[in-house]
Amino acid sequence: MSEKNGNPVERLNLEEFIPAKKVTPPKSLDELSPEEIERLREVGIDIKAEDKLGLFVQADCGVVSCSCVPKGIELLPITEALKKYDWLRENYFWKAVPPDKDEFTKITAEDLDNGYFIRVMPGEKVIYPLQTCLYIRTDKVAQRVHNIVIVEEGAELHIITGCTTNPHVTSGLHIGVSEFYVKKNARFSYTMIHEWGENVHVRPRTGIWVEEGGVMISNYISLDKVGSVQSYPTCRLKGKGAVGQFTSIIAAPEGAHLDLGSRVVLEAPETRAEIISRTVCYGGEVIARGHLIGKAQEIKAHLECQGLMLTDKGYILAIPELEAHVANVDMSHEAAVGKIAREEIEYLMARGLDEEEATSLVVRGFLNVRIEGLPEELQAKIDKTIEEARKGM
Amino acid sequence: MAQKPMLEVKDLWVEVEGREVLKGVSLTIPVGETHILFGRNGSGKTSLLMTIMGFPQYQVRHGKIIFKGEDVTNLPPYERARRGIGIMFQRPPSIKGVKLRELLELCAKENGYRIQELAQEFGFEKFLDREVNLGFSGGELKKSELLQLLIQNPDLALIDEPESGVDVENIEVIGRMIRRLLEKETHRPRKKSGLIITHTGFILQYVPADRGYVMLDGKIYCQGNPQEIFEGIQKHGYEECLKCLKRMETQLNV
Repeated sequence: MSEKNGNPVERLNLEEFIPAKKVTPPKSLDELSPEEIERLREVGIDIKAEDKLGLFVQADCGVVSCSCVPKGIELLPITEALKKYDWLRENYFWKAVPPDKDEFTKITAEDLDNGYFIRVMPGEKVIYPLQTCLYIRTDKVAQRVHNIVIVEEGAELHIITGCTTNPHVTSGLHIGVSEFYVKKNARFSYTMIHEWGENVHVRPRTGIWVEEGGVMISNYISLDKVGSVQSYPTCRLKGKGAVGQFTSIIAAPEGAHLDLGSRVVLEAPETRAEIISRTVCYGGEVIARGHLIGKAQEIKAHLECQGLMLTDKGYILAIPELEAHVANVDMSHEAAVGKIAREEIEYLMARGLDEEEATSLVVRGFLNVRIEGLPEELQAKIDKTIEEARKGM
Repeated sequence: MAQKPMLEVKDLWVEVEGREVLKGVSLTIPVGETHILFGRNGSGKTSLLMTIMGFPQYQVRHGKIIFKGEDVTNLPPYERARRGIGIMFQRPPSIKGVKLRELLELCAKENGYRIQELAQEFGFEKFLDREVNLGFSGGELKKSELLQLLIQNPDLALIDEPESGVDVENIEVIGRMIRRLLEKETHRPRKKSGLIITHTGFILQYVPADRGYVMLDGKIYCQGNPQEIFEGIQKHGYEECLKCLKRMETQLNV
């Protein structure tokens, strides 16, 4: 795998953080201040919403909300689920992500704070998105989270997950191990919105298995300030005709070190994968990766990586990788990094928009990726969240 | 007191990347009048429109642009747009990820309610949710441009070759849109003015004009009744035009 030397993402001293368990977590959502509630709203988590179906909130090490309305779904803190179900540990826990993958998975395997377990029963279709929120509330805390989602045969699930910090937190570390299992003909969309603080470091470690005819849609949105994020979910399309679709919408302000990408292994015949990333760099450092591995007949995979440089500071390093192991594959990629077209800005200026308004509109358009296969409500929510986050850009 | 003209261009000399494109252009468009620019490719017609709109690569070396009595020569395009100048581009760029409706809402001086209404009237409503100009055909581009202008509602519309790349069927619609834009259906006193570039002259069948100019090599050589000029060009081509103008030029120089 290609590397960029000297990216600070690679260096992080774990000793500098306080384990989340040493901090007393809030007992309920009532303890959150209006300022904190607003902060959660910005990442799409509306704890006051009347129509919410399920809500999981973990602040530091403590689960402060874990409720789920619809039948056919089970939502539990992972620590409880592991006690309740032996099969969970046996068949799913640390299966899609190896515990010895790196130092972050190792320390999470050693001592887990918490996380969520979500299971949708066969054939159940839950259209309205479940909300999950991982929240760093205390300064300098290191949060270790492990999530498992199982979407059983023929079921459908949509999750919107917002990750953020208390506005007063200046630094922190979030380690989030996620293992997603999408069973035969099941459909799972997972939309993650990050809005961390300036010195918060984030290490999601995600493994996804998709069985025959299953569909995995993953969306990642990070438009705000952050210290560093290193994320490289790996999705294995294990059954015939499985589909993986990964979209990242990223803005990198000054001070942000982002090493992001997705990897899809097309192991079964007729599987399809698409990785799309849109990056706007205004001073930050971005590595935009994408790796497609074709190992079976009649697979189709495409990677699209587009970057927009708004200033002379920072960089975008696009690393699209295609790896084919058999003859009968159809794999392609396109990568383009550039500046905003002057022509477009002037066109809009002739319509009465000043330079700033015109630039903002073009950037917004650039980041406006239509994600196939999402319910209307979720798309609307994503659009609204992007709009909200963009105000700060 | 005499009304101030909509636009006065006074002895305008303009360079693009060090190349002279306008060499002393003067013209005056009174309020309510539509003027037509004729001329070969490369004669400076588009450069004149782009300079009036204020695009920075068109550098004014000498001369003035007066809009409604105000010197706008040094204003950026958006200031000119806000004062009431609008332009229809011959080859507009597309804006990815931005819906036409969104752009129209930003163009709208008034409430957005006219957007749907106008789009419907000109059979363009299904394009409102498309990305601006992306994959539009020649005729669709013109309609998109004119719809934007109708919503923007400028007092002076600069229109660059409205009929180029448009099939016969759509020319009529485009003609109607321009008539609306320039208040041709309204009885005087008409408040809107226009400056239209045409190659083929087709648009004259739909849009009555008050005055015509022939541009050659960055200069206006001739002005007069637009229909007569057009007929002259059709009959004799620009060659004959050139000869005639040469004769006039000697007189003018006296």
